[in-house]
Amino acid sequence: MLTRTIVRSLLVIVASTVVFGFAYPAVMVGFAQAAFPSQANGSLLYHDGHVVGSALAAQDFTGPQYFHERPSATTPAYNAASTTFANYGPTSPELAQQIHQRAEAILKLEGPYNPGLTISDIPVDAVTTSGSGIDPDISQAYAQLQSRRVAAVRHLPLATVDKLISENTTGRSLGVLGEPGVNVLELNLALDNLGDK
Amino acid sequence: MELQGIGQIILFVVVLLVLAYPLGQYMAWVYTREKDDVIERGFFRVFGRGSGDEQNWKSYAITVLIFSLVFFGLLYALLRLQGHLFLNPDHMPGVTWPIALNTAVSFVTNTNWQFYGGESTMSYLSQMSGLAVQNFVSAAVGMAVLAAVVRGISRRSSGTIGNFWRDLYRSLMYIMLPLSVIVAVILIWQGVPETFSGHATALTLQGAHQSIARGPVASQISIKQLGTNGGGYYNSNSAVPFENPTGLSNFVEDLAILLIPAAQVFMFGRMVRARRHAWMIYTAMFLMMAVGIGVTTVAEQGGSAVLRQSGVNIAATSTQSGGNMSDKEVRFGIADSSLWTATTTDTSNGSVNSGLDAYTPAGGAVPIVNMFTGEAIFGGVGTGLIGMFFYILIAVFVAGLMVGRTPEWLGKKIQAREMKLAAVGALFVPTMILALTAVAIATKAGEASIFNSGVHGFSETLYAYDSQANNNGSAFAGYGATPFSSALGTLDMLFGRFVPMMAGLALAGSLAQKRTVPASAGTFRTDGPTFVVLLIGVIVLTAGLMILPALTLGPIAEGLMH
Repeated sequence: MLTRTIVRSLLVIVASTVVFGFAYPAVMVGFAQAAFPSQANGSLLYHDGHVVGSALAAQDFTGPQYFHERPSATTPAYNAASTTFANYGPTSPELAQQIHQRAEAILKLEGPYNPGLTISDIPVDAVTTSGSGIDPDISQAYAQLQSRRVAAVRHLPLATVDKLISENTTGRSLGVLGEPGVNVLELNLALDNLGDK
Repeated sequence: MELQGIGQIILFVVVLLVLAYPLGQYMAWVYTREKDDVIERGFFRVFGRGSGDEQNWKSYAITVLIFSLVFFGLLYALLRLQGHLFLNPDHMPGVTWPIALNTAVSFVTNTNWQFYGGESTMSYLSQMSGLAVQNFVSAAVGMAVLAAVVRGISRRSSGTIGNFWRDLYRSLMYIMLPLSVIVAVILIWQGVPETFSGHATALTLQGAHQSIARGPVASQISIKQLGTNGGGYYNSNSAVPFENPTGLSNFVEDLAILLIPAAQVFMFGRMVRARRHAWMIYTAMFLMMAVGIGVTTVAEQGGSAVLRQSGVNIAATSTQSGGNMSDKEVRFGIADSSLWTATTTDTSNGSVNSGLDAYTPAGGAVPIVNMFTGEAIFGGVGTGLIGMFFYILIAVFVAGLMVGRTPEWLGKKIQAREMKLAAVGALFVPTMILALTAVAIATKAGEASIFNSGVHGFSETLYAYDSQANNNGSAFAGYGATPFSSALGTLDMLFGRFVPMMAGLALAGSLAQKRTVPASAGTFRTDGPTFVVLLIGVIVLTAGLMILPALTLGPIAEGLMH
């Protein structure tokens, strides 16, 4: 009974490995590459013929002419090859200190362009790490907070920047599922492309 | 909280019911079909004479155990040797032994606890032929066992409960594979990568290099959701945009978590010809799930203590979802993150779309309690409904005591042997969780795994052993891997998987042999609302009272301190 069951188990394992380990992913890869090549290869974005990132991954923006991403807990920040949560508990003193520092930095950066800006104007997603560390989106509120700075630094009318924000806002799927967000990389690419024209 | 979020949650439970009911009818057909298909006949010819015969519960149970052991051995070897094998474009070295041991057990037991980061540890070969195959097979083992248990319940004066190989094959080829293909296609369309190419390298707008991990992701994500596995391709699991890019992909992945466990309730109703009874079980599960979703959503929308005190804007408005956005993604916001967290811990899925360590005390207590019920609120594929059967027997027994008659369930007398098995099935795992948590808290070696200080560190520990025992696999992810925690977790997962499973099979064997007795005026009716109330009451009194002291030390203390 024992040997027979072991032999049968091995046979089943070999068969399942062939079907589920190789055939199934191979067929799915074949289908994906034929039907949805852009998505299947990581939704990569191109500029001047080279890959500048993925529509599904945040990247590090520090320059004042760019919209900035949410904070990231990965090492280094926005590491799309090693994602992680920050894992600080809801009452963590370290978390309190980090949030305070991030809020101060935002006030310092955006304050000159937004007279009267206070901490209660800062949307929560601007000072919290995302789940993946590469959240490609920021809230519309955080985008609006940054728009005056970007417009001023780039010498653009605010209306132009606001228009680009709404063009690069992803709405809810099918109008109901999920939450709207502004894709930062696509928005910054669109801004850079304005200069090219 | 805003109406939009509530609307999404209501839409979710409606769509779930609309899909689960017909799927349950189909599954009942799959498991009761008399004729074997061509492949089945081929297998049984190769396996030899008698291999396709009906088995008694002991023979069935031994086959499950040997099969799982063999699979464990091969998976462990693969993880250790991946550095020397093919399909390894990013040159991942072999996995160290404590992590390989923990991971192999984790996948064989359908837990998918991850003490490793997928994209930074596993070769493509390990992901595909090791972990993805196990996602299918360990789920199918759970489904096969449930099919056998239900068959045992439905039979009269019978010595056998079915054939493991046949149940395994049908779970895989008739249920898991077709559903996985459908879900994978939707995910690819929504943006989940599916490629054999290695990492992509980008030159960012600011001139830095960014490496982007990809691979055959979609085909693995679909099965990890459907099979209540939960082990992600990426470390941050379904929070990562490549694993879960849109509101729609999130909706589909979350539905996939609950689809089969919900359908199994209707499958049971059809196979034992007790549809009204099945509806009552579904109602009880649904009500408990709804409470969990409600508490988590309200707590997370209220924000954490740190965020409230910081002074930043956490209000829900038309331009942000607000609330506790720590370790959550903008495209999911509060409602979709909370819904996922409640559903993934009702079932034994354990995938996450947000970081649970950062949840508010009340929001984080819900998953702990959900899991502690033994995943009886829908539960894992197969194993969940078996867990519910134990509670049903206890409920029927309690009702019998109240009216002073021999308890009956579905026309069968419930006697000492069945009650002993039900008690083992319902109480063994919670007791083990509390014991292992105590060991991990009381020892220096256990303390080394804790990331957050103070009471939150206790919650991390409790969560870890709760999650592994119930083969969930989600985590307060700060809790770290040490040889000690890996070994303790390995034991936790093994006993948590196989003790209730064996109790369930023994119970089925015992029920299959019984004759049915006609219902009389003294029979407690299990197809009405009274039964729903009693069943929920039994779960609250057994699992609820056992977890309460531990909750007081963890989330409740944390909630009171701030």
